[in-house]
Amino acid sequence: MLDFVASIGRIFIGFLQGTGRFALFTIEGVSHCFRPPIYPRLIGRQLIDMGFYSLPVVGLTALFTGMVLALQAHTGFSFAAETGVAIIVVLSVTRELGPVIAGLMVAGRIGAAIAAEIGTMRVTDQIDALSTLSTNPYKYLVVPRLIAGTIALPCLVFIADVVGVFGGFLVGTYSLDYNPSSFLGVMMDNVATDDVASGLVKSAVFGFIVALMGCYHGYHSRGGAQGVGAATTYAVVSGSIMILLTDYLMTALFFSS
Amino acid sequence: MNDKIKIAVRGLRKSFGSKAVLDGVDFDLREGESLVIIGGSGTGKSVTVKCILGLMQPDAGSIRIDGVEATKLSSGERFRMLRKFGMLFQGAALFDSLPVWENVAFGLIQGQGMARARARDIAIEKLAAVGLGAEVAKLSPAALSGGMQKRVGLARAIAAEPEIIVFDEPTTGLDPIMADVINDLIVKVVKDRGTTAISITHDMASTRKIADRVAMIYKGRIIWSDTVDRIDHSGNEFVEQFIHGRAEGPIRMEIRAL
Repeated sequence: MLDFVASIGRIFIGFLQGTGRFALFTIEGVSHCFRPPIYPRLIGRQLIDMGFYSLPVVGLTALFTGMVLALQAHTGFSFAAETGVAIIVVLSVTRELGPVIAGLMVAGRIGAAIAAEIGTMRVTDQIDALSTLSTNPYKYLVVPRLIAGTIALPCLVFIADVVGVFGGFLVGTYSLDYNPSSFLGVMMDNVATDDVASGLVKSAVFGFIVALMGCYHGYHSRGGAQGVGAATTYAVVSGSIMILLTDYLMTALFFSS
Repeated sequence: MNDKIKIAVRGLRKSFGSKAVLDGVDFDLREGESLVIIGGSGTGKSVTVKCILGLMQPDAGSIRIDGVEATKLSSGERFRMLRKFGMLFQGAALFDSLPVWENVAFGLIQGQGMARARARDIAIEKLAAVGLGAEVAKLSPAALSGGMQKRVGLARAIAAEPEIIVFDEPTTGLDPIMADVINDLIVKVVKDRGTTAISITHDMASTRKIADRVAMIYKGRIIWSDTVDRIDHSGNEFVEQFIHGRAEGPIRMEIRAL
């Protein structure tokens, strides 16, 4: 019985230690974002990796999401007809599906890559080497990724919004035979700046989360290839869960009234 | 070498869980001296060096570098203090995302803010000092052999002309000839420039070549320390067993039955 209680205690203490370590890592990483030196060249490189090279996967995902949404809205809500389908597509994509799907795709693509790269640097002493060369690993590795993630994802999501709505428009006009000008008109009339802006704010938070999770798990990886593999898995899983959790919290905050 | 104490370590302790890795390490390192710490795997050599460099925080004890207590430095002060150090890692620890010349010039560009063109010239000069041609400068570290990676690591360690160089197992994993080449390079860069050096190794040929003084660590304590020419007459049964590589003796390997 005592062993059972002790093991529960150990798990609880481990959880508190992990939470504390994550909180300290986040505070340290964010605080270095506002203290020089900042490395613009590294931020630029990360922006290209996270933003430009993620365009194909995010664009394709958004296109098919918009197309599927139009089909589902048409078949599922037959009473809604053209107006309903257009509204469902434009609001779903801009408010919700654009940011969340782009966030999840980037978590899979970039969160894993960050964790693997930093994790490999950790287990091959490259992070210690940075320190011995008078370079703060937070500033050199973590800050550029946090800044790039926070900037790149809103840009990607803006493009995903346009592509996703276009996908819905294609299906609506070519497959469902809606009138193109009225379908587009309904979309434009029913989307407000706040709808797009809320999605972009969400995506900035998602980008930060993806980069943070990748950096955190990579930075604390241990034990060679197996440790790096585990860090990669944790980065993707925890990043995805955190995206869905914060999505709910932000949606409740933005649209509860 | 002079009598000025460059690094003074006193009562250094470090535990991981219930395992005490360092149990009161004491030694002095004089300016211009080359100290080699020998000892078996898991005896605390690497942890000692990591504590000196501030890569690991000791549980107790004092590390004074040029008279300054290093264990109580802030993060910024620690990075400034690290400008005195160069380090050659066991696996070289080259940054695989950067070409060879940027690895060598990294401390000059990022640590000292030197212009890239000037840093590149210095990097090529340092590569030449370790016997590598300018054609290597553009290559990726992955394209180099283990020996070449060690030499690039050595060039990186000396690029900023540090006051103290740390060598972590400099010859491990190299063939005997390449190991001797690395030893000669270490002697050249350390003794020619009068740099203070601290090395950890279990390679006795390397120890005899690069050391002015040798310290043996066992179970987290320095159990013997003297000049390298005294190592064969240490009168210490632990040192005797270690330098001759005998399985029998006071040092018992922790081997579990299969």
